[in-house]
Amino acid sequence: MTPILIAEQVLNGLQSGVMLFLMAAGLTLIFGVMGLINLAHGSLYMVGAFAAAATAAVTGSFVLALVAALAAAAAAGALVERLVIRRLYDRDHLDQVLATFALILIFSEGTRWIFGSFPLYLDIPEALSGPVTLPGGIQYPLYRLFIIGMGLVVAALLFWLIARTRLGIRIRAGENDREMIAALGVDIARLYTLVFALGAALAGLAGALVGAIQSVQVGMGEPVLILAFVVIVIGGIGSIEGALVGAILVGLTDTLGGIFLPQIFGLFMEPAAATQTGAALASMAIYVLMAAVLAWKPTGLFGAKS
Amino acid sequence: MSRERILGAVVLLALGLVPLAAHVMGEPFTITLATRAAILALAAVGLNIALGIGGLVSLGHATFFGIGGYAMGILASHVQNYEPMFEWPFLFEGSTSMPFIWLVAVLVSALAALLIGLLALRTSGVYFIMITLAFGQMFYFFSISWSAYGGEDGLSIYVRNGFPGLNTLDPIQFFGLCYAVLCLVLLGAHLLARSPFGLALGAARQSPDRVQAVGLDPKRLRLVGFVISGAITGLAGALFADLNRFVSPTMFSWQTSGEIMVFIILGGVGRLFGPVVGAAVFVMLEHFLGDMSEFWHIWLGLLLLAVVLFARGGLVGLIAGREKAHD
Repeated sequence: MTPILIAEQVLNGLQSGVMLFLMAAGLTLIFGVMGLINLAHGSLYMVGAFAAAATAAVTGSFVLALVAALAAAAAAGALVERLVIRRLYDRDHLDQVLATFALILIFSEGTRWIFGSFPLYLDIPEALSGPVTLPGGIQYPLYRLFIIGMGLVVAALLFWLIARTRLGIRIRAGENDREMIAALGVDIARLYTLVFALGAALAGLAGALVGAIQSVQVGMGEPVLILAFVVIVIGGIGSIEGALVGAILVGLTDTLGGIFLPQIFGLFMEPAAATQTGAALASMAIYVLMAAVLAWKPTGLFGAKS
Repeated sequence: MSRERILGAVVLLALGLVPLAAHVMGEPFTITLATRAAILALAAVGLNIALGIGGLVSLGHATFFGIGGYAMGILASHVQNYEPMFEWPFLFEGSTSMPFIWLVAVLVSALAALLIGLLALRTSGVYFIMITLAFGQMFYFFSISWSAYGGEDGLSIYVRNGFPGLNTLDPIQFFGLCYAVLCLVLLGAHLLARSPFGLALGAARQSPDRVQAVGLDPKRLRLVGFVISGAITGLAGALFADLNRFVSPTMFSWQTSGEIMVFIILGGVGRLFGPVVGAAVFVMLEHFLGDMSEFWHIWLGLLLLAVVLFARGGLVGLIAGREKAHD
């Protein structure tokens, strides 16, 4: 267990953390503003990844692929909001869960219908491939660094959008009192569509960025969706800061646990048993983290007291 | 008798008679489909206690379904491989007796429901949904990485476990067993809903403050309801594993949780026979649509969407009208 290995794993954890943030931020915004739990958010992640892979296959351009991912996910989000989601704002959470579960089925099978069951591959662009040497002699893939940077830039933009722009003011006002801002002449229906499309675009971007290091396949969104839920539970629903802190915590715990728990058990167990026990416990680490936060602060680290 | 009651009796009777007819005509596959419907209905009857009476939207009931399945898989695999499960404090070789397996499945899933409930019930609303979903996923990943019991590949049990006095490998006898369990649990659920506890649990959904004001603890009511609910779904899991003679992490997956919930919604939330109608319709759709199109989940999704958006009260509600006492 060298310092270099640890540094590498911390970077890996950070990378998965910022991608989780893109998912969780959209979910938490949508919940905060519209009071909607959206299980189909993972499908928008998948839409982004497929749009990117298809565009890259045709044009060969990674930049165009990212643009296509953003556009396709935002368009799919806006469409779904208009057709289905809009009818769910006044319903209870059970109806929201079921309707968005139905959307997952439709999205997943629809994508399988169009693209087939085999995974697609999205190549890392030439300019971003290969390792770079970081201070301290750490060899690290450039593309993963790019993802971390990209995630942090988007996070900064999002914070700026929420805190400094007119749209951000409306979003925050919508979280507090939707009747009041409707009375002040803000077109609530349009605001909701916009927020939903924004969340969808973030998910689509995450899907495209991660799609280049994993395979692009049907069902890729739901495991990430559930991790994003864990992030939101830890961070507190409706809080973007909470989503960022929670995402980094979950990313680091998941990555470091998977590497180091087997080694820690190896100190006092036989290697085979240690690997097995360590791997089994590592798969539970983030949920244990979630349980600990819940026991301590039921509304999450940054959640409002309900 | 209300229309809902008549509809429920008809569906339950049909579920019992179809396999008998299939048995006479020598079509064992139809019997297997009916057995599947009965077991899935049982799982949904369990969830309906938490969801329908208690208003607890648990998206993690696959946890209990999977625990029941693995209770069967683990106990039977030790007998199958002649490896005692433990030798201390007494020799225990595992078990292939259904009543014992059911007991273990019920107890272990009740314990899991107690632990998850203690944490998840500290919260409510969306938090509760996300947390139950997350714990379900935890068990899913744990079962994948736990290679001692098959890991990702699951466990095959070659001979169906036994029940005293029955030949469980005969499809119609195994169906009869599952059907009897379903009927008993339905009766139990009916009595539970009418019992002081069931009424208090329903009141805790409708108005927790008032329940507290008369001196009852809504949290404790919900916890007990959640435990009973999990135990029943666990029992269904053990039967499901015995039906397939196979357990795998799929039983723990979030799709399983979603599907158990779909049975209830298709049928109608909080209605005694809703889960039975829902599970029967689901199994029929799966069979007939699955034959017609490889992508039958699209149609399932559209149907589900239509039921949620336009037919509140599910299929039972569509036919029998709104339940009088339902809020």
